[in-house]
Amino acid sequence: MHELSLTQGVVEAITDRLGDRRVAMVRLEIGKLSGVVVDSVRFCFDLVVAGTSLEGARLEVVEPGGRARCRDCSAEFLSDDPILLCPCGSSDVEVLAGMELLIKAVQLAPGEVVPDVRDVRV
Amino acid sequence: MCATCGCSDHSHEHGGGTVIDLEERLLARNDHLASHVREWLAGIEVRAYNLMSSPGSGKTTLLERTVRELGLPCSVIEGDQETTFDADRIRASGVPAVQVNTGAGCHLDAVMVRKALAELDPPAGSVVFIENVGNLVCPGLFDLGENGRVVIMSVTEGEDKPLKYPHLVRTGDIVLLNKVDLLPYVDFDRAKFLRCLRQVNPHAPVLEVSARTGEGLADWYEWLSR
Repeated sequence: MHELSLTQGVVEAITDRLGDRRVAMVRLEIGKLSGVVVDSVRFCFDLVVAGTSLEGARLEVVEPGGRARCRDCSAEFLSDDPILLCPCGSSDVEVLAGMELLIKAVQLAPGEVVPDVRDVRV
Repeated sequence: MCATCGCSDHSHEHGGGTVIDLEERLLARNDHLASHVREWLAGIEVRAYNLMSSPGSGKTTLLERTVRELGLPCSVIEGDQETTFDADRIRASGVPAVQVNTGAGCHLDAVMVRKALAELDPPAGSVVFIENVGNLVCPGLFDLGENGRVVIMSVTEGEDKPLKYPHLVRTGDIVLLNKVDLLPYVDFDRAKFLRCLRQVNPHAPVLEVSARTGEGLADWYEWLSR
């Protein structure tokens, strides 16, 4: 259940940046090869935002699919299976996409003022 | 770039409240601390190894023997949800150990390791073993600042385990197959195990060992001393 600590980390990272400004929406990017279960993140999100400036925020999750390049035959292929096998049979592959774990964006609640841009480490 | 509309402003109105693009990695804080741990260890020429396996694979037994036989000063960070049993066993082998109890947590993270290292205060030139919580899922995601990841499996587990836990097994720099002294008594197919392992981790060296009898451990010590 590493999703619990990951989701707690999301709340901490956002409140570190935005202080107590109320947040209406959080958008995450969780790649399909990342090993993180989106349903578990959703379950944990409602628990860990309780009592914070994110309480009631909508959670949007973008899930990029997996893409890899075979080191043996150089082919690129798509796969969301964590056991990444190239059609040529090789498992010696470089993952190009699908491992993403990002906080993409947040939307402040209406009326909340944008923090000074110098406070936002972008 | 705005993740909603693709424009280049970092913050602007979007029907409702203002959208702010963050583009921050979920593991940024852990990875940042882990890189500090790695630098700190390098500065005092200490090597650290993250040992990951399911419960009961023999990690602690392996460490009890390793810290006695390796021939280098060693210390151990023990991760378990509860109890100090494992740290007590390591101390009984004659080396310092710090127990980290994760409570409800299922893995060690860089915050815990940094705190444990401060308490352990390993001497220059020594080796630190970090025995992660017995779990083949969660520990794989968290960089602890280690120099190498050791995945331990045993012949009393299924040969197909690498395929069942591909995320963690893929990250291993070396795989130890433990309890090979039990091979005559269990239906463990080594060839099938290797086939399964190679589908998720094509290159890590595989050492067949018995922490109980000492079989194969010379190669493990050589890998640690390389």
